[in-house]
Amino acid sequence: MAAVVALSTLIEGRQVWRGREAPAPAGDQPTGWKVLDALLPAGGWPDASLSEILLPADGVGELQLVLPTLARLTKGKRHVVVVAPPYAPCVAGWRQHGVDMRRVEIVSAMDKDVLWATEQCLRSGSCSAVLAWPRQADDRALRRLQVAADTGKALAFAFRDRRHLSNASPAALRLELEATPRPQIWVRKCRGGNAPSQPVALTRYVH
Amino acid sequence: MLVDGPVNARTVVAANEPARAAGLYVGQRLTAAHALLAQFDAVPYDAESVEKWHRFLAAIAYRYSSDVCLLPHAIVLEVSRSMGLFGPWPRLESMLRADLTALGFRHRVAAAPTPHAAYILAGVSDGQAVLTDDTLLRALKQVPIKKSRLPAAAASLPGMGVRTLGQLMALPRDGLRRRFGAELLATLDRITGDVPSGLDNFRPPDVFDLRIELLHEVENQAMLVFPVRRMTGDLAAYLAGRDGGVQQFLLRLEHRDDRHTDVVVGLLAAERDAGMLFEFARGRLEHVVLAEPVMALRLVARDLPAFVPAGRDLFDERPANALRIEQLRERLRARLGGAAVYHLGSTTDPRPERAQRVAATGEVAIERHPRPTWLLERPIPLRGHTPLILSGPERLETGWWDDGEVCRDYYVVETSLGQHAWAFCPPGEQAGWMIHGWFA
Repeated sequence: MAAVVALSTLIEGRQVWRGREAPAPAGDQPTGWKVLDALLPAGGWPDASLSEILLPADGVGELQLVLPTLARLTKGKRHVVVVAPPYAPCVAGWRQHGVDMRRVEIVSAMDKDVLWATEQCLRSGSCSAVLAWPRQADDRALRRLQVAADTGKALAFAFRDRRHLSNASPAALRLELEATPRPQIWVRKCRGGNAPSQPVALTRYVH
Repeated sequence: MLVDGPVNARTVVAANEPARAAGLYVGQRLTAAHALLAQFDAVPYDAESVEKWHRFLAAIAYRYSSDVCLLPHAIVLEVSRSMGLFGPWPRLESMLRADLTALGFRHRVAAAPTPHAAYILAGVSDGQAVLTDDTLLRALKQVPIKKSRLPAAAASLPGMGVRTLGQLMALPRDGLRRRFGAELLATLDRITGDVPSGLDNFRPPDVFDLRIELLHEVENQAMLVFPVRRMTGDLAAYLAGRDGGVQQFLLRLEHRDDRHTDVVVGLLAAERDAGMLFEFARGRLEHVVLAEPVMALRLVARDLPAFVPAGRDLFDERPANALRIEQLRERLRARLGGAAVYHLGSTTDPRPERAQRVAATGEVAIERHPRPTWLLERPIPLRGHTPLILSGPERLETGWWDDGEVCRDYYVVETSLGQHAWAFCPPGEQAGWMIHGWFA
C-alpha cells in the first residue's frame, strides 16, 4: 500500500472496467414504437412467437400498435393475414398508416374455425404476421398458436379482452392497453426479461 | 378368376396362380372348371372397363414419351428420345415401374428396337431390355411360336416342327408366302423392323372422367375418403402425364335410381399435386350432407389449363416446408368456403360504405382526411355522455344521383371509455351521433 493512486487517474487511463448496461439489441421485428422497443428484451416483437394484446374495449389504439409493423412487412412484399376481424378493416385508414392492402389477406371464419385458420396461416410459413381475435381460446389453444408461429416463423398477434389477464398464457409477450385516464401500455409478460414496472405512454394520433 | 361369354357357355378368361395349379386354364368352360375346383370366385370380365383402364395407362405413359401406341393388352412407348430427358433405360424403367406400382397395376416391361418386338418380349418375360438389332435377333430366336403373337395362320407351325421364331425366320420367304399368305411375312418384317410398325399414335383425352363403383352402399363420408384419395391420385397422375393442371373438378356421388349429389371443387389456380387435390376434395366433401347412401363415385375434370409451377427464390428465407400463399388460400377456402379469403381495395367513391370493395384494385390516392382503421358495417348510435370532439367536421355530401345520398358531418370523437371513434351527425348539429368506425 505504498502508492496511493487517485481514482480519477485510473478511470481516465481506462484501466478499470466499469459495469455498464449492455446496449439494447437491435430487434429483428421492431414495433415501430421507439419507447416500446427500448423496453422489450427482444428490441421489438418476439420473433416467430405469439404476442397477446389485451384490451378494455375496441378502438383504444390496439391496431395503431401493430400497424407500423404491418406497414413494414407488407412493403417488404410479405403477406399478412387478418383472421376473423371484429369489424371490416377500413382500407383508407390502413393505407394512411402505410400498409399495402394488396398483401393483406382477410379471412372470414366462424368462431369454431378461427383457431384452426389462424394455426394454418401461422404454420404455412408463407405469412409474415397473422392477426387473430380468438374468442374461445384456452391455454392449450394459445400454446398451439405459439408452436405454430414458431414452426412457420411468423409473428402471431392475438387480441383478447383484458379480463383474460389473470389467466396464465403461453404467449411470449403480453401487453395490456389502458385507455383511461390516459392511454398507456403495460408490459405484463415478456420472455427473456422481467416485465417493467412502469407503463409506457401510448400516443394516440389521428391523421 | 375372370369369366366371359354367353350365360349358358361361360369360359375362363383369366385365372390366378392357385386356380391354375388346380388344373384350370384359359379357354376352359366354366362348368368344367366347377368340376375341377369346388370353390372359386368368378368375376365377369368387363371388356369396357379393361379398355378404359388401358387408355388411362396410356395417358399416364404419355408423360414419358410423346409416341404412345396401344396394342392389345399392352402399351408401347417410343423411348429412345425420352432417354435424353429421363436418363438411361434402367432409370426410365424403374420410374415407369414405380408409377405403375403406385397406381396398383401389375405389369411387365420390356425394351426393344421395334414396338412389335418389345410387345413379344414383354409377353415372354418381365424386364428384358434389348437395345441393339443384333441382340434383338438373338433374343427373338428363342421365343416359342406360341408366345410370338403371330397371326392366326401361324397356329399350325408347331405341328410342322417349327417351334421358335428363329426356326421360322430361317425358312425361305417364298415358301412361307405361298403357304401362309403375305400377312405372316409382313408381321415378321414389322417385328425385325424391316417395314414400319404402322401403329397409330395415342392421343390422351382432353377430359378426365373416372368412375369407381363401391362394393357396398356407403352412408358416411369417412368411408368415401379412401376411394376419393385413389381417384385424386389417378387424376394427379393423368395431369402429370399431360403436363397440365386442374382448375375445377366435379365429384359426383351417385345414389340409387340415377340420383346424384355433385360436389364441385374449384381452385384459384391450376394445381396437380395429388396431396393437395385430395385435401381440397376432402375439405369440400366434409360439408356435404349425405341424404342417401352412395353407390358409386365419379370424378370429372374438364377445366384443364396449363400448369405453371410457382417459382421460388434460390435465397428464399422462409422455412423449407413452407406452403405457397396460393396453397394456403386454397386450404382455407376448402374448409371455410369459396369467398372466405379476400383482399380489400379502395374505390373512388367517397362514401365510406362504398369506398372499399372486395378485390378492388384501383390505384386511388391516399385519403387526406382522417379515416378510422375499423369500419362498422352499419353505423350504430353513440349513447351516453356527449363525446369529446378531437377533430372535424369533414362534410360528406354526395351520392344524390344513385339513391344512396349521404349528407353528413364526420368528426373524430373520444368516448367516455377512452375509445377514439369516427362519428357523424347531421350537418351542423353535433347531436344524434352515429359511430361509423373506430380508430383502433
